[in-house]
Amino acid sequence: MKRALGLLLGLLVLVGVAVGYSTFAAGREDDAQVRRRPLDLAAGGQLVFVDTARKGGHRTVAATAMDPAGATGPARTDSGLRCERFAVGAATGVCLQTRGGPLPGTDALIVDPAMNVRRRIELAGTPSRARVSASGRMVSWTVFVTGESYNKTGFSTWTGILDTRTDYTLINIEAIPLTIDGKRYRSADVNYWGVTFAADDNRFYATVSTKGRTYLVEGDYANWEAHTVRENLECPSLSPDGTRIAFKKRSGATTWRLHVLDLATMRETALAERESIDDQAAWLDDHTVMYGRGRDVYATPADGSGTPRLLVAKASSPTVLR
Amino acid sequence: MYIAATRRADQAGGIASAKAPRRFARNVPANVLALGAVSLVTDISSEMVTAVLPTYFVLTLGLSPLQYGLLDGTYFGITAFVRLLGGQVADRTRRRKLVAGTGYGLSAVCKLGLPLAGSSITGLGLVLAADRTGKGLRTAPRDALITLSTPAPDLGRAFGVHRAMDTVGAFLGPLAAFAVLWATHDAYDAVFVVSFCVASFAVLLMALYVRDHHEPVGPRRESSLRAAFALLRLRPFRRTCMAATMLGLLTVGDTFVYLVLQHGFDIPLRYFPLLPLGTAGAYLLLAVPLGRLADRVGRFRVFLGGHLALLAAYAVAAAPDGDRTPGSLLLWTVLSAVLVLQGLFYAATDGVLMAAAGPLLPVHLRTSGLALLQTGQAGARLFSSVLFGAAWTLWGAGPALLVMGVGLAGALVVARWLLPSRSPLPEVTG
Repeated sequence: MKRALGLLLGLLVLVGVAVGYSTFAAGREDDAQVRRRPLDLAAGGQLVFVDTARKGGHRTVAATAMDPAGATGPARTDSGLRCERFAVGAATGVCLQTRGGPLPGTDALIVDPAMNVRRRIELAGTPSRARVSASGRMVSWTVFVTGESYNKTGFSTWTGILDTRTDYTLINIEAIPLTIDGKRYRSADVNYWGVTFAADDNRFYATVSTKGRTYLVEGDYANWEAHTVRENLECPSLSPDGTRIAFKKRSGATTWRLHVLDLATMRETALAERESIDDQAAWLDDHTVMYGRGRDVYATPADGSGTPRLLVAKASSPTVLR
Repeated sequence: MYIAATRRADQAGGIASAKAPRRFARNVPANVLALGAVSLVTDISSEMVTAVLPTYFVLTLGLSPLQYGLLDGTYFGITAFVRLLGGQVADRTRRRKLVAGTGYGLSAVCKLGLPLAGSSITGLGLVLAADRTGKGLRTAPRDALITLSTPAPDLGRAFGVHRAMDTVGAFLGPLAAFAVLWATHDAYDAVFVVSFCVASFAVLLMALYVRDHHEPVGPRRESSLRAAFALLRLRPFRRTCMAATMLGLLTVGDTFVYLVLQHGFDIPLRYFPLLPLGTAGAYLLLAVPLGRLADRVGRFRVFLGGHLALLAAYAVAAAPDGDRTPGSLLLWTVLSAVLVLQGLFYAATDGVLMAAAGPLLPVHLRTSGLALLQTGQAGARLFSSVLFGAAWTLWGAGPALLVMGVGLAGALVVARWLLPSRSPLPEVTG
């Protein structure tokens, strides 16, 4: 009897703590008042990003004004759309949103310029990369899956491509015929991630990894083939003029340095950023690369000169709308 | 199997009109049920955290998946050492409940450490290491308590009941986590605090309802790490350790098998998280029947049989892509067969091995012995996941699985020769 009473008392206290803290955590969200205004993805002169400044772990798509010199204003407009990664091209946005519930996973949402959800593609795993072609026609995303539990290792990525003109969706592009160093290559262990599209909406670049190596691949959407271009190059991002690729290059077991590859000369240049960056960079303009560093977005010159500068604090996944 | 259960209870003069749900727990010592309840509640707490950890680390803290993987895989050395040391302390002081309780308590406190560590990789690494240490510390004394609270002929069933309860917790954990995230609009710290409260409740349950086993103190006996390793001089126990470690080396981590399945069967991504649930469900349902079976036909026999089920699961999963139309009936049948076989494997090996090894060990060194066995097994599995990862990268998923399967088949032949065909029933005392 004494034991049961002790157990009941303990249970009451613990339930009290659990409910109390959860109520506090849920209410805390309301303190962080953000101006929820519809974003207009069709308007130029703004930088769109995922806002990580909000308390309680919510990350939402926000935008801030940007002048032609690349300086951002202090005020941010929050769309209220919850996303872990976001990218936009012309009139199309893609948002990777985590999904809770008994079957947790990730959804890829295709949004229109007014941020209305047009399509929802149900995926698994954790959001990793998102990209839209400059015209807004081609959309791509990457999610990754790790072991669910302690002491279980394993790593796999799923990269999808969606053609908004036909609405044809490939959930996983890994079956694309691949040529490595001129030879047709077949292996079950290929993983693709970090797609970037060229201006013709047909050619694309991505990372492929197989047998412990990573390569830059160039793909052809219409002919559905891909071939490797170069080794040890991840998360490519094509410059607006299509002449260079910003990418991360492995520099240690879990560290990467940002580089830029000139596609005409195939010369690569290390950027001034000394910190390890694990992100698919984006281009602020033809001379500047921006990327997530820690929990902020930084920008640095694409020719390796200068020093990195803070572009937006508490943000990730930047896209510039000119 | 339930028919047998009823007959046995009748013979024992049990209450013939017992309600159906009581069948599950009939003749299971109260202490085992209490330990099962503690494990159930603890697993809710730990699986809550496990379910949200990748997302929390990678998205909220901005760690890369690779860093997360490294955090997850290191620290094995520390936990192995603490496990052995804990077993030894539990044996020397004969305070198994206290040592196990310390392990449960340590893991509970670690749940609060996660939000406090912020995004410091060192801090998070330390918290995870401490959490894993707590798990290592509690497992052997808890299993030793189960063996000491149960008559030897019923050990298989007792472990079956314990592991089934444990798995119920593992089922509920992710659901609880997502309920908290939903209610708090994605407040991860709330998940950790609730998880801490749940874990604390388990510690309280343990303190109030689990009884320690106080065997009469015999003549003073050596009980040191050296004495623990000297257990390997006992021939049946040494052979058990060898067989378990060897088989562990050839066991592929679940996640790998799920990935092979997803690739080969083109499972819609949305349903990927269901695969582990399928295995856990089969484990949950089969743990008690197989524990009982082990009591009747021999625990080592069932243990080896479980590995045959795993072998069959690999064969089905790695079968070359044939006419696999997504969504076809055949596809779903094959898929559920793999998951059930995997669940069968866990039900026939995890608790059954402890039930088989327990009676081989003298009471005064039982915790140390079980700790030794579990450490060998855990080390082998860690090594095998590295090995299999390399094989996967080198040859691709299907061939890697086939190679592991062939190795496992060979190891089974050796293990059959190593292991006694029946567990010796008379308990080794003193």
